[in-house]
Amino acid sequence: MTGRGAHSGIYWDMPRKTAYEAKIEYLQILDEHGNLDKTLAKDTLTDEEVLSLFESMVIYRHLDEVAFKLQRSGRMGTYPQNKGQEAAALGTAFAAKKGVDFLVPCYRENAALFLHGLPPHYILLHWMGDERGNQIPQGVNCTPLSIPIGTQMLHAAGIAWAYKIRKEPRCVLTYFGDGATSEGDFHEAMNFASTQQAPCVFICQNNQWAISVPREIQMNSETVAQKAIAYGMPGIQVDGNDLFAVYKASREALDRARAGGGPSFIEGVTYRLADHTTADDAKRYRDPKEVEAWIGKDPVIRHRKYLESKGLWNAEKQAATDERAKKIVSEIVKAAEGIEKPLVTDIFNYTFAGELPAELKRQRDTMQTHSLGQDPSQVGLQQGAAMH
Amino acid sequence: MPEMNLVQAINHALAFEMERDDRVVVLGEDVGLNGGVFRVTEGLQARFGAERVVDTPLAESGIMGSAIGLAMAGMRPVPEIQFEGFLGPAYDQLVNHAARYRSRSRGAITIPMTVRVPVGGGIHAPELHSDSPEAIYAHHPGLKVVMPSTPSDAKGLLLAAIRDPDPVVYFEPKRVYRSFKEDVPEGDFEIEIGKAKVVSEGADVTVVTWGATVFQCLAAMDAMPEDVSVELIDLRSIYPWDMDCVIESVRKTGRCVVVHEAPKTCGFGAEVSSTIQEHCFLNLHAPVQRVTGFDTVMPYYKLELEYLPESPRIKGAVEQVLAY
Repeated sequence: MTGRGAHSGIYWDMPRKTAYEAKIEYLQILDEHGNLDKTLAKDTLTDEEVLSLFESMVIYRHLDEVAFKLQRSGRMGTYPQNKGQEAAALGTAFAAKKGVDFLVPCYRENAALFLHGLPPHYILLHWMGDERGNQIPQGVNCTPLSIPIGTQMLHAAGIAWAYKIRKEPRCVLTYFGDGATSEGDFHEAMNFASTQQAPCVFICQNNQWAISVPREIQMNSETVAQKAIAYGMPGIQVDGNDLFAVYKASREALDRARAGGGPSFIEGVTYRLADHTTADDAKRYRDPKEVEAWIGKDPVIRHRKYLESKGLWNAEKQAATDERAKKIVSEIVKAAEGIEKPLVTDIFNYTFAGELPAELKRQRDTMQTHSLGQDPSQVGLQQGAAMH
Repeated sequence: MPEMNLVQAINHALAFEMERDDRVVVLGEDVGLNGGVFRVTEGLQARFGAERVVDTPLAESGIMGSAIGLAMAGMRPVPEIQFEGFLGPAYDQLVNHAARYRSRSRGAITIPMTVRVPVGGGIHAPELHSDSPEAIYAHHPGLKVVMPSTPSDAKGLLLAAIRDPDPVVYFEPKRVYRSFKEDVPEGDFEIEIGKAKVVSEGADVTVVTWGATVFQCLAAMDAMPEDVSVELIDLRSIYPWDMDCVIESVRKTGRCVVVHEAPKTCGFGAEVSSTIQEHCFLNLHAPVQRVTGFDTVMPYYKLELEYLPESPRIKGAVEQVLAY
């Protein structure tokens, strides 16, 4: 019997070969109790580096809590807390070269941007409704926060592509959440970066929730990392609350990209400890027991335990750092709140480079869109205007 | 000056600019080895290499989004979207990112990118290959939109678009692609974006149009009595558009007909018409008329010439305005 395709018994009886096989590795080096796997930790972070990153974690956690309070007291608009995801942000960004590599963020990796030189008050300005928070200073290699979910990874692919065309030894890191992987642009970015072998590292902060939708509803795959397989791209799942694992995976991915090995995908398993934004109430949809369990895996707690066990940290140092954090954050808030209100003309002036189109100039100079009285040759109009 | 049709002129302009500026990268579906489905990019890959004339995966948002990244990183990407009907998947990237980046970053990040898109009907193309969405993009602040109708304008506007520091949507009227040849100036020249062209001067009525309908208007003028004096304006740029040219003309003629392929409601003719009543109210001898596509889905090609504003409909409107 021939020509009966898949229904043919003969077809089913034929031996089938494996066309492709793959596995996804999971990397954890520092567990939630602060125990380090010394073998895996080899050639990752020095004590000094861990200390410095931990201090950043403490400071930016404090900034995050203060940002929440600013919103609650009416001093800032909606804000998405970063709480709980500091290790994923800092570990990845620390592996990249400041001033050389480029960061394309979403909005839950503030600490990564700060590490690469973005003045922290820029983030507050953004959420205070001021575009100057997006006016990235010269020499800071990042894009502003990206609001439409899952769209910014294509920009990362394009920037990395440009580096490849120009043969510059630079890489791009782009950040997004688990929800973003459902967007079509995620697929297109992975495919473009991969077909171009662009030096781009895709960092999925799998924080388990896209507003109220849990990962299990978001996708039917067991890991996010396995999505990389479809693009012929190395993918790895790491404990996203473990600086060592996040750093090691990022370092490998960046080294590979810089050497011409193309893009990589890193899934950092982490947790959004706070609500989606200040406009959200996660109690409506999250089991408090789940949150409780993840509080136990908090990167701040775990790295503190680790440093204490090595004799590098104690209550005194913590108190001093908390005090320092308060001062630093208070300066950041001052910088954000102390800035003068933007000029109304700024609404217009950045629409295009150079001289604005005549109509736009008219709208700017009169702050009107109606045309009466703007045209002296229309005599009747002037008479009409005089009647008022 | 060599004779070229619209396709050849665009090809020539692309090659000219790629030769001049190594930041220029052409990317899109089938633009490389195949030279594009309309052959607009023919020979460019052989001449400039596969790194600069890139066959991308079949994904419009990917083309637009990665072109934005290329532009952010200092390149001058010229992405092609194969037909205007396929701009849909790229819309988010174009209007929510490319159009807004200069403004939202207060000038820190800009997107110098020229999106080439074949546009319009009249070539018996399949479904979703014949629309005219220029007003949609003209409505989005931060985008420039042009639609040349002649080979020379195509070259001058393309060079201006690629050199523009902001994103430009460059619509190419398919119906004109191979309809005629003309002398195209060799060497470097730009046509300023935002400047219209008076195709023929006249005293009795102003006809404003752009793209392929320029030639329908010319046909309508040919069919009219010799003593009717029509001033025909080819807008060329949809945004920013040359209000001053139109206003000056209508103040002179007192009558105006606006012609475009896109549907009437919210078509760019509405903007032109409204601007005329704002600025020429005391000069008008007749209501401004619009001759446009209908407020329907673009029909399949058996009925496309009934849908498109062909010369008899244009002639009828001009006669009515003159008789008002």
